[in-house]
Amino acid sequence: MWGWEQLYFNIKDGFLEAIVRGHRGGLLTVPDYNNLTQCEALDDIKLNLTATDYGAYLANEASPLYTSTIVDKCTQKLVDDWNNMRCQADETLAKFLDFCTYGHMIDNVVLIVTGTLHERDVQELLDKCHPLGMFDSIATLAVAANMRELYRLVLVDTPLAPYFSENLTHEDLDEMNIEIMRNTLYKAYLDDFAAFCGKLGGTTAEVMSDLLAFEADRRALNITLNSIGTELTRDDRKKLYSNFGLLYPHGHNELSIAEDFDQIRAAMEKVPAYANVFNKLGYGEAQMLDKLLYEEEVKRCCACFEQQFHYGVFYAYMKLREQEIRNIMWVSECVAQDQKARINDGIVFLF
Amino acid sequence: MEGTLLHPGFFLLAPLAIASFCFMVGVGSSDRFIDWPYLWLLFRNISPYFWAVMGVALCVGTSILGAAWGIFVTGSSLVGAAIRVPRITSKNLISIIFCEAVAIYGVIVAIILQTKLENVTREQGLFTKGNMAAGYAIFGAGLTCGFSNLVCGMCVGIVGSSCALSDAQNSTLFVKILVVEIFGSALGLFGVIVGIIMAGSQGFARVA
Repeated sequence: MWGWEQLYFNIKDGFLEAIVRGHRGGLLTVPDYNNLTQCEALDDIKLNLTATDYGAYLANEASPLYTSTIVDKCTQKLVDDWNNMRCQADETLAKFLDFCTYGHMIDNVVLIVTGTLHERDVQELLDKCHPLGMFDSIATLAVAANMRELYRLVLVDTPLAPYFSENLTHEDLDEMNIEIMRNTLYKAYLDDFAAFCGKLGGTTAEVMSDLLAFEADRRALNITLNSIGTELTRDDRKKLYSNFGLLYPHGHNELSIAEDFDQIRAAMEKVPAYANVFNKLGYGEAQMLDKLLYEEEVKRCCACFEQQFHYGVFYAYMKLREQEIRNIMWVSECVAQDQKARINDGIVFLF
Repeated sequence: MEGTLLHPGFFLLAPLAIASFCFMVGVGSSDRFIDWPYLWLLFRNISPYFWAVMGVALCVGTSILGAAWGIFVTGSSLVGAAIRVPRITSKNLISIIFCEAVAIYGVIVAIILQTKLENVTREQGLFTKGNMAAGYAIFGAGLTCGFSNLVCGMCVGIVGSSCALSDAQNSTLFVKILVVEIFGSALGLFGVIVGIIMAGSQGFARVA
């Protein structure tokens, strides 16, 4: 029955929900960010972070510190927390947690394929992959020469296999087609994830449909922005938009024919939820759009913790932690390059 | 949950419904489709002792079901939240105690009810009206107390789970949410009071 999860949710998933809420309590707050922005060197940042949840991960790092080390260690914390939860999760929750990581898996696949195309070293590429999206045979991606081999050799055993359709495997690997491949995979993944959450029903379906709709609409917006002026046809562009979300289907029609930023803006402002985002953007400014979209995502993720007894908190925790890592990276880069004037521009405060 | 017709509840409900319908149709004289007078005869001949002991069983059984439900809902959240914030454990045991109290209500009422079970002499093998009334009253009292404790236990458990999680984030919230739990546990008391009133004046050996 819809809405009665409070009676039986805790049987299997109560413990893990309590754990993820504990992790959420450890996210950095405004006073922590204030301390970080006042640091003069990366060692100060390390000192400030040892007082937070990241303490155990950064404590043993020797100087000289690099930004990439700090970011890697913080990501390691997310990965450890995630794996702790994943190995204790019951079947439905385990499938949900896996679904959350497929996005990273797609990014890793594209990273390795692109890197191989530019003849980079496989080991170097593997180091750059996101740890949450690793799978066993990922190194063999470097061997594939075209899409068909890619699919046949490696991807058919991964969870991404259903997202490859027939028409995708015929194309050769080149720059344009790789981006199209990435976006097609992502579209299939989001559709699948949304269908899975819908089948779960109840509060999970309600909360996740909102979060995933925003993700789908944000991707549609980014695809449109990035494909203005390229040789991507309107129909191809429309095929990359997901089959759900606030913009589906009428907003997609308008976005697919948009040719510049003002037309995109006009299409997006017809949806009241996104009109707020675009109101904060002055005329002709496209740079601040990324930050405003991140702020909107963070707001929605924080709001989903207000309800209990659903799986959305796990997805939201992953997104919030990733935003925090992006913030730490921005602060570390500003401090390392001694450009502290714009340090507050790049931080998206979580609370 | 799968589609509507494969809902697990139907696996219990459908056979029971079919079986009871077949029983009603098949029993009694074949003059009528469903022989209502015969069914009524069967019903009024059920021994009052059956009703009385069913009442006692339902009272203690459903109360303890409610209490157990509440305890597991609260306990799983409490254990998970206490990993990061160990200070919440001692205060939040109060939620568990409220759930346990619900079970105790059920046991107390069941003990009171079962003292009313006495042997009676039957004239010509028939029970008097007073005996029948006692049986029905004890059944009703047990049912009342049992079901109200069932929902009370569930309510206190769910609120207790939220209480533990909120206390872990912000310790000023604990006492405020505890007030909600106190109101919730009053529901169980209502059931106990009404049950005792219903069964209080009855007894098998009383006349009329």
